[in-house]
Amino acid sequence: MFELLRRIRRTGILDRPLPASDSTDPAMSGLQENLHAVFGRALRIRHVDAGSCNGCELEIHALSNPYYNLEGHGISFVASPRHADVLLVTGPVSVNMEEALKRTWEAMPEPKWVLAIGDCGACGGIFGNNYATRGPVSDVLPVHAVVSGCPPSPQRILHGLLQLTRQLDTDELPASR
Amino acid sequence: MPTEFLEREGTPLPANVAVRRVVVDAAQWTQSALSLSGLDARLLALWGADDRDVDGAFRIFAAFLLPDHVLLLQHAMPAATPVYPSLAGWFPVADRLQRAVYDLLGLKAGAGDARDWLRHGGWPEQYFPLRRDVSLTQSFPVHSAPYTFVPVSGDGVHEIAVGPVHAGTIEPGHFRFSVVGEKVLRLEARLGYTHKGVAKRFEKMPLQEAHRLAARICGDSTVAFSWAYCAALESITDTELSRRAVALRALALERERLANHLGDLGALGNDAGFAFGLVQFSSLKEQLLRLNQEAFGQRYLFDYIVPGGVATDLITPMVSTMLDETTRLEQEVGALRAIYDDHAGVQDRFLDAGLLSPELAQTHGALGLVARACGIAQDVRIDLPWPPYDRLRPRRVLRIGGDVAARVQLRFDEAMESLRLCRMLLDMLPEGPSRVDVAAAAPGRLGLGLIEGWRGPVLIALETAADDRVRRCHAHDPSWQNWPLLEHAIHGNIVPDFPLINKSFNLAYSGHDG
Repeated sequence: MFELLRRIRRTGILDRPLPASDSTDPAMSGLQENLHAVFGRALRIRHVDAGSCNGCELEIHALSNPYYNLEGHGISFVASPRHADVLLVTGPVSVNMEEALKRTWEAMPEPKWVLAIGDCGACGGIFGNNYATRGPVSDVLPVHAVVSGCPPSPQRILHGLLQLTRQLDTDELPASR
Repeated sequence: MPTEFLEREGTPLPANVAVRRVVVDAAQWTQSALSLSGLDARLLALWGADDRDVDGAFRIFAAFLLPDHVLLLQHAMPAATPVYPSLAGWFPVADRLQRAVYDLLGLKAGAGDARDWLRHGGWPEQYFPLRRDVSLTQSFPVHSAPYTFVPVSGDGVHEIAVGPVHAGTIEPGHFRFSVVGEKVLRLEARLGYTHKGVAKRFEKMPLQEAHRLAARICGDSTVAFSWAYCAALESITDTELSRRAVALRALALERERLANHLGDLGALGNDAGFAFGLVQFSSLKEQLLRLNQEAFGQRYLFDYIVPGGVATDLITPMVSTMLDETTRLEQEVGALRAIYDDHAGVQDRFLDAGLLSPELAQTHGALGLVARACGIAQDVRIDLPWPPYDRLRPRRVLRIGGDVAARVQLRFDEAMESLRLCRMLLDMLPEGPSRVDVAAAAPGRLGLGLIEGWRGPVLIALETAADDRVRRCHAHDPSWQNWPLLEHAIHGNIVPDFPLINKSFNLAYSGHDG
């Protein structure tokens, strides 16, 4: 037990500032503020793998490690679509997942948004369209933003969330929010 | 037993390991299966091909892993009666493989489960996508078909249906539990949700580009799959790689094993209620991925293995950085292991959970990590070593417990062994080009690539067409063998332990679904 506690103390806090504050891209500044302003530390995400190779899932997992500390910034993944604001979709949509994906989307309360993750989700990727895949997520659901990359790095996924919240901030949310 | 032909006949096949191909008729197919089942052989993969354009026949292939080589049985069927004898009586894993072959090609096994496996109603019943007269891009509306799970009845028995969309960030699959109270009487999985028609997509792809598709069959095993593909292509074209290139490939493969084991060790701690483990191990994994980015230009090495070698050379300063990282990781993993071992609460969850008996693992042909945690010595890196493993000589790592605790300990052992191999590779990195040219391949050649990925042996069977293109490419992930064993391991455990037991197997969905 002593060794465990000592290790916790020595590890400290690894959480680096979100890319917003150390990026040279001015558009990236203020990610935290934006997210907080829009969702008040309460952005809830439901993820659906609609046919991915599992590469994007690995990077989505990484968002929860101490370096990106997504939950610490008020963004968390939820188990039920009924609790979610954003649907994160990976993969070219396989025909075998088409129905489950649509049902998940239908189960989400309004207002709601779709963020397509990875080259496959964005444009079909290397798999394209055939008897088994529908290609990009936008062929099946309305998509509000995409994050390309194969797989996209955790930073790029955070950037995608920022873009989405920007869009919500200006266009889609009622003034009272 | 009239199976002398098995020893007498057969021709070597291009591959990175010793492979012998024997052409058999239907009766010999069955005799071979019977004889092989007594020889400690494992069914590695089963796939079909439509060769009606060549000689009017369909073909079925079965690859068996024997102690000193791979035996490939090949059997042709007339186009009018595409039926072959089932192997499921001797090799239980054949059952699902045969269902998949039927869904994709319409070749029927003589006996066994006749339910659809990969086809969930997304394409018509009598439409077989891998047949050559079917276009590459045709698609259909979904008519989801009901699936009959094996019913379990009795006092107080009820079903819990889970998936395909799960509570966390996990790949999709459906699990049907039959339970009494909290105790699981039976688990039946339904997979195929991420089937992307990979085999059809391979058709007609340029041989020198298709490694990119192979790399995307199973994202966490991208090095293993792309190496298996390249090994098949390089064997067909007689390409001699530099010693530097194969050393760098092995470095990438061992780092892939490490990244997955570190991630799993953290997640297993977390599933046992020990969040500390997830925090620590996910940090170590992130550091490893960041060094990958620095050294190879990618966090996950999707496009690192290319025909003829590797995409980028490792610059000299990186070698010492990686050696330092190896030393640090050895210390960190060792320290965390001591904490896991000393934590009574964590060990209490691990011990005896998801117990898989060595007998069951043996009769069901378990592969890779799951087999080694039941004391079964199967590791292609050691049994059929290909360069550079013939020189590296990895140590065999085994655990005999067969429970979650054994699969955790095996991951610790394997992580330490991978670190030792990384150190050896970095210490003795040979000079030479990181990539050589691969000549155009003659059409109609068949070659195999077999690589021991972090889950187990990954197989690619590649057949060439004219104009340096793919005619047929079949990819096989060891999860096919191990999924049915998870259904046995959960038996008698309580439902809330399923996430922990499932994680200790950590099988592929996309790699399986194809």
